[in-house]
Formats: sequence, structure tokens, C-alpha cells
Amino acid sequence: MRVKLSNLPLYVLGVFLLLIVAYPLYFIVIASVSDPGMVLNGEVWLFPKKLNLTGYEELFKVDRIWVGYRNTIFYAIAGTAISMLVTVPAAYATSIRSLKIRRPVMLYFMFTMFFNGGLIPTYLIISQKLHMDNSIWVMIIPFCLNVYNMIIMRTFFESSLPQELWEAAQLDGCSHAYYLVRVVMPLSKAVLSVIVLYYVVGKWNEYFMALIYIRDDSLVPLQIVLRDILIQNEALSGAEMGAAGMEASKKANLIKYASIVVATLPMMILYPFLQKYFEKGVMIGAVKG
Amino acid sequence: MTVGASIGKKKERGKAALRAGTEKRSWKQDWKKNYQLYLFLIPAVVSVFIFSYLPMYGIQIAFKDFKPVRGILGSEWVGMKWFERFFSSFQFTEILGNTLLLSVLLLICSFPVPILFALIVNQYREGRFRRVLQTVSYAPHFISTVVMVGMVVLFLSPSAGLYGTLMRMFGLEAENILGEASMFRPIYILSDIWQHTGWDSIIYLAALSSISQDLYDAAKVDGAGRWKRMWYIEIPALRETAMILLILRLGGIMSMGFEKAYLLQNNLNLAASEIIATYVYKIGLTGTPQYSYSAAIGVFNSVINVFLLLTFNKLSKKMSGAGLW
Repeated sequence: MRVKLSNLPLYVLGVFLLLIVAYPLYFIVIASVSDPGMVLNGEVWLFPKKLNLTGYEELFKVDRIWVGYRNTIFYAIAGTAISMLVTVPAAYATSIRSLKIRRPVMLYFMFTMFFNGGLIPTYLIISQKLHMDNSIWVMIIPFCLNVYNMIIMRTFFESSLPQELWEAAQLDGCSHAYYLVRVVMPLSKAVLSVIVLYYVVGKWNEYFMALIYIRDDSLVPLQIVLRDILIQNEALSGAEMGAAGMEASKKANLIKYASIVVATLPMMILYPFLQKYFEKGVMIGAVKG
Repeated sequence: MTVGASIGKKKERGKAALRAGTEKRSWKQDWKKNYQLYLFLIPAVVSVFIFSYLPMYGIQIAFKDFKPVRGILGSEWVGMKWFERFFSSFQFTEILGNTLLLSVLLLICSFPVPILFALIVNQYREGRFRRVLQTVSYAPHFISTVVMVGMVVLFLSPSAGLYGTLMRMFGLEAENILGEASMFRPIYILSDIWQHTGWDSIIYLAALSSISQDLYDAAKVDGAGRWKRMWYIEIPALRETAMILLILRLGGIMSMGFEKAYLLQNNLNLAASEIIATYVYKIGLTGTPQYSYSAAIGVFNSVINVFLLLTFNKLSKKMSGAGLW
């Protein structure tokens, strides 16, 4: 890369912006493997100091976080699978222009983007009518169709699959179901993987549903555990806290940094692989249904 | 990209209809030909019905005195009682003010940032630096709200955080700014900008990448420098996208996230951090739940929202021709 001198201010600005975004993330990582005392005194800036992994070791001992991790992995996989099973056929059906019900059904879906029953009526339906509260179902079934994601997928089907393809397949006696599975889906890997990513990230970061509907400690997802550790300061059990005072609070901070890394790492590893599709996904989504 | 889309769609539909001869097909024939498509729609239609439309039916409890034992239908009608109670409550102005102030400030401060960022990124030639900058700028978007607030709390802690360290370096006293009502909005807004600028800029970058190279070449021939090109070519190319996104944001202005405000909230900053969404949650689902009262506040919020969306859409159509429908 050759940089012209006149472009120098531009690149200085670019590096500055890069640092603003990246440094907080980088700091979390180095703080999680440094001596907590030195982090506290502000001696850790660029590199980890007195490398130590006690944060992670302590984190391993916090059972709750692993229960949360396991639950979240399950919710993310099961929830995404169900969401895709609902979204893909619906997106395909609404992409067929000759379908008579197409417009009314689109209006039916899109209305919910702008208006909803609100927290309390939704809560009453889910917990008192359907009795789904405090179960794994409430984390994977409700709102499994994200209308926005469906529109992205539908628009992709519409714009990238020529009508002639379907007409030819139809002449060969191909049904919609067969065509969807054998032709449309293999040709739409880009949009399918972006939507899978959107659903997985959504489920991984889900907090609100669990806050409202989950009471059982064995069912809580990672985000609830993280809230307790990070924001409500419950990193260590009361006994440990009392025993060591200052040392314990240093350790608590170390655990906080480590838990952020552990909880966020999967998403940070996942998304760059799909980055080349983002632009397409976001762009398609912007063209209204 | 969206101007006249509805007209275009109508034309397209007309053409498609001619080609497939659907105009005259009856429902019976359509079912016969497309029954599989109807089956495809069933799971989505049913799940949306249960989780989105049934709750809408439950909105009536805002006008009733809902008692769980008597059910939604069996409870007694009380008219506007709960709304009147909310309007006359001493917290009404504070909560409404907090909600409006936070969302309007957030919109004003955060809306232009992705546009600026996209314009800057667009100045770099395709290459490694540009790619790295883009990839890194998306990263914060994938962080959950809980972790985001956790990071804010860690960084801003006066004793252990980066903020405390910095203040001590300059010999200043580090205060507990997380506990100050006046700092709630700046913290909320700045962290939001940090988290979403990169991601939100994708759409503007896509719009910029669709500008034809000819336009740039012509501008160069005319002697237009970087600033002139930005002003006369790039910014106009973003105007329409920006307008649509602005309407969408304005329409959602009252439905701004519950999670972040709730997580950043503490007893000390309540004067600024109590917004309608958090209030509805507290009234309705914590302590002794007051379902009807809470539902009524939620309805009030939705009504304002829909009203704003309709108003701004109309306004934008009049002013620039761009609208959502």
C-alpha cells in the first residue's frame, strides 16, 4: 500500500478511529490476563503485565456461568433452527408473485413491525394463557419469526432467482417444496447464512425474555448470569467476599474482565467470516417489502 | 432507492400478473395450484398470530380492572381510569420528559455519525486498511447490551476503571459519574454511538459504492477536489437513504430499548434514567403487579409512537417525496 503524502491526514484520522473502536475491546482482553493490582493502579495500557490466568481459573469455578453457557448454546441452536424453519418457507411463499394471498399476508406480518400489544398483554398471554413462562420453550418459540429477516430473505429470493428458473422446473413436474429445497436454498447460501447469523446473535444476546419469564436458576441464559456478575457484583459468593476483602474485590474485577471475554468471544470469531455478506443483507433489508 | 418504489412495484405486479394470468384466477384455483405455498405460510402466520396479535387483543385490559382470576374478558370495564391516573401522577411529566429527551438527544447525536463515518471510510481505496477499519468497526455491534453496560460500569468505576486512572493521572478527583443523573444521558448516548456507528454505516457505504465511477471522473476533470466531490456527489447520494432511515428512527422514537436504560439505572440516577419502558416494567411485573395500570401506560406509549410515525412519514413525503409507503 502506497500512501501519498497528501493523504497522510486521512490515514491519521483512520488510525485514530480504529483505536477508538478497538482499544476498549483490546483493554478488556489484556486486563483479563494481567495482575489485577496493576490494572487497578493504571499500569496496564499496551501489554498484559505479570501474565496470570487466575481470572479464568476463578471463572471456571463459578458453576452458574457454565450452566448459563450451556443453556445459551442450546437456546441459540434450537431457537435459530426453529426460526429458520418458520422464516424460510414463509419468505419463499411471499416471494411468489402469483400467490393471491401474498399482499394481505405481507400486510399481516408488517403491521406487527409498527404496532404490538405491549409488555403486559404479551406477558399475560405467554405466562397466564400459554403457561410457557419459566420453561425452555419461552426462550425459543415466541417471536421465532423476525419479520425484518423474512423481508430480507424474501427480497433476495425475488431479486436473485429468475422467474424462468421456476417455470422450467415446473415444466419438469417440480413442486414448490422440492424447488425450494433443491434449487432455491442452494442458490441462496449467502442470504441464509446472514439470517442465521442474525438469529444466532439475537439469541446469544437475549436478555429481556429471560428477565421476564425465567425464574429457575437452572434455565437462565448466559446474559442473566453476566448481568449478575458485571452489574450487580455477584462474582463471588458472600463467604468468599467476606473472607478476603480487598483481595476479593480485585479478584472480582479480574473475573469480570474474563467473563466478558468468554461470553463475547464466540460472536467475535463468528462474524468476520460472514462479513462479505453483510453489505448485501443490510442493503436488501433497506428496500422496503 | 425507495422513492417511487410503490409505483414501480405496482407496475411490476401488473406485468407479472399479465404474464402468469393471475388477475382472473379464483381463490379455489389459486389454492389448487399453490396449496404448498399456503402450507409454507402456516407456521409463520400462526406464530405471529399467537405472539403478536393475541396480545393486541389483550390491550383491552388497559381499559378494564384486570383481575387474573376473572381473566381478560371477565374483568370489569373502567374506561379511562388508568390513563387519568397516569396523567395526574406526579411522575408523569418526569418520565415522559426523560423518555422524549433521551430519545430525541440520542437521535440527534447518533444519527449523523454513521453518515460521517461512511464518508470517511469511502475515502480510502479498496485495500487492507479499509477492510480492517470496517471489520473492526462492526465488532461492538455484536456485543450484548448486558456486556456493553458491564464494560461501561467497569471503565467508569472511579476506583478501578480506566476513567478513574485517567483522572488520577491528571491529579483530579474521580467522581462516581454512574451515580449522577446528569451523566446518564451522555453515557447512554456515547456508548451507543461507539457500539453502533460501524454497523449502521454499512448501508451508507453500500449507497456510496453504487455511485458510478463516471461521475467521479467527470468531477476530477472539472477539477473538483476531495471536499467538492464529497459535497456535490457523495452527500447527495446518501440523502434519500438517510431520509428513510430517519423516518424509521423517528417512528421508533418512543420504543427505544428498555434493556440499556434498565441496566444503566441505579437509585442515584433515577431522576434521568426512569423512562416509560422501565416504568411499565416496574409497575407491571415487579412488586405487586398492577397489570391494567401498566398496560395503559404502554398503550399511551404506542399511540404516541404510531402518531409520530404517521406524521413524519407524511411530512417527509411532502418535503422530499421519500416515504415508507
